[in-house]
Amino acid sequence: MATKASRTAARLMMSPAVLLLFGWMIVPLVLTVYFSFLRYNLLTPSGNPFVWFENYYWFVTDPSFTAAMINTLVLVGWVLLITVIGGILFSLLLDLPMFGQGVIRIMMIAPFFVMPTVSALVWKNMFMNPVNGFFGQIAAGLGLPPIDFFGQYPLMSVIIIVSWQWLPFATLILFTAMQSLDQEQLEAAEMDGARPITRFLYIVLPHLARPITIVVLIQTIFLLSVFAEILVTTNGGPGTSTTNLTYLIYVSSLLQFDVGMGSAGGVIAIILANIVAVFLMRMIGKNLSL
Amino acid sequence: MARAVSKNAKLRNTAIAGSVGFLMFLPILWVVILSFKTEEDAIRAPLEVLFSSGWTTENFATVQARSDYLKHFSNSVIIAVGSTLLGLLIAIPAAWSMAFVPTKRTKDVLMWMLSTKMMPPVGALVPIYLIFRDTGLLDSRIGLMFILMLINLPIIVWMLFTYFREIPNEILEATRMDGARLWNEIVEVLAPMAIPGIASTLLLNIILAWNEAFWTLNLTAAKAAPLTAFIASYSSPEGLFYAKLSAASVMAIAPILIMGWFSQKQLVRGLTFGAVK
Repeated sequence: MATKASRTAARLMMSPAVLLLFGWMIVPLVLTVYFSFLRYNLLTPSGNPFVWFENYYWFVTDPSFTAAMINTLVLVGWVLLITVIGGILFSLLLDLPMFGQGVIRIMMIAPFFVMPTVSALVWKNMFMNPVNGFFGQIAAGLGLPPIDFFGQYPLMSVIIIVSWQWLPFATLILFTAMQSLDQEQLEAAEMDGARPITRFLYIVLPHLARPITIVVLIQTIFLLSVFAEILVTTNGGPGTSTTNLTYLIYVSSLLQFDVGMGSAGGVIAIILANIVAVFLMRMIGKNLSL
Repeated sequence: MARAVSKNAKLRNTAIAGSVGFLMFLPILWVVILSFKTEEDAIRAPLEVLFSSGWTTENFATVQARSDYLKHFSNSVIIAVGSTLLGLLIAIPAAWSMAFVPTKRTKDVLMWMLSTKMMPPVGALVPIYLIFRDTGLLDSRIGLMFILMLINLPIIVWMLFTYFREIPNEILEATRMDGARLWNEIVEVLAPMAIPGIASTLLLNIILAWNEAFWTLNLTAAKAAPLTAFIASYSSPEGLFYAKLSAASVMAIAPILIMGWFSQKQLVRGLTFGAVK
């Protein structure tokens, strides 16, 4: 029973949040699009002439753009694969009857709360360093040649670090979703003689289809923006072997001071993220009943 | 009906899940151990580190003396807590009105707010950087607080909305019938029921703001740098000093790790926007 007065009050109470978010959405967007049409470098004052799509042309035809797009796809793809499969296995494991489930779950979830710069540096130095790192020491102890992670497999090393950070997220979401699985259905299937693998394929997996899709979509949004892990471990190198789209835009705008080029890259990143966002929003919207 | 499970099966499950959990946790555990070792011991083989070397707490003092941990810690606290409180101040009225006085457009407004979260930060980097440079906000805690408030505002509104919606509307209507004014309604009836949800929202958003590592790295230098940037300064060549890097890392993550353990449930609610229950 909303009166006219309470509706007015409600509108007033919403306005700060709405206005702020509107400004946050529209101001950077308009400026980024505008800058992307200018020849605008902070180091070379040129009067910032309007050049239409010149920045886009140069940004897209640069070989490092192709490399960055491939690296972005490889990074997102591998991390999704590892975290979703790992997350399903972990949540199945956690769902079994056991002692001390709370403690074990906390240990599995903990990496998510470690800030990106810490996890990247800890993995790079204390674990992946071929001489003094944990893995190198173990390899030496076993008489095996150590792996020079960042020298030989730089992108794969970044993928391992990012996967370690996001595996807990997938685990937690899928485990939560698994709690709402109908136990009686599982028991009935078991009594009818369905083997564990059959029960998983025909009961558990279909139940998890929606949460898995949500994990994939949410993670994709965040993984397209991986930045700190690359900045503190490889600076995008060697060459461009670990440069993703986010890092490439950072290089053009904040290291080369090319505002126009960086903005053109920014617009491309926004378009990419929006393709994923459309699907995510649709799924969330379906679940929101008012 | 819970099924009877043999003790042996339970022990076996515990062993497998425990090993997996231990492996996931190992990097954190290892950093904690190394932070209490001398530099010479920290680069020895894992078994020697564990069993044939002493313990020391001097790394923590060294890190504080060399790179002023406390300054960055206080920056992190001010930025994370400040942005969250500011966000709550703006989000509580908005979420309250959407939960209790919903209109035809409430769903659209919520979905639109969420869509602002989908914008990749790098798409806003250039204009925000230039605006900050021209207004003197670069490397300031106020500027960063404001940006982090904005990027987390959709999550805060959304989380509060889902909590507020669980408060039965009938109770509010009954108070209204009794002639309670809006202010009394909020303070005496709504607040006690809303506080748990607000607390959870606060907790999750402090964690998110504390660990945010795109804007904090790009918009700060020496003065306003929080712990994310403080650790980034150890990337080279200090990264080779394991004991000191470990001590710095432990000091950067310990406060938030403890908060994180209390907020596992909120994490699901806050980051999936109610899409997984």
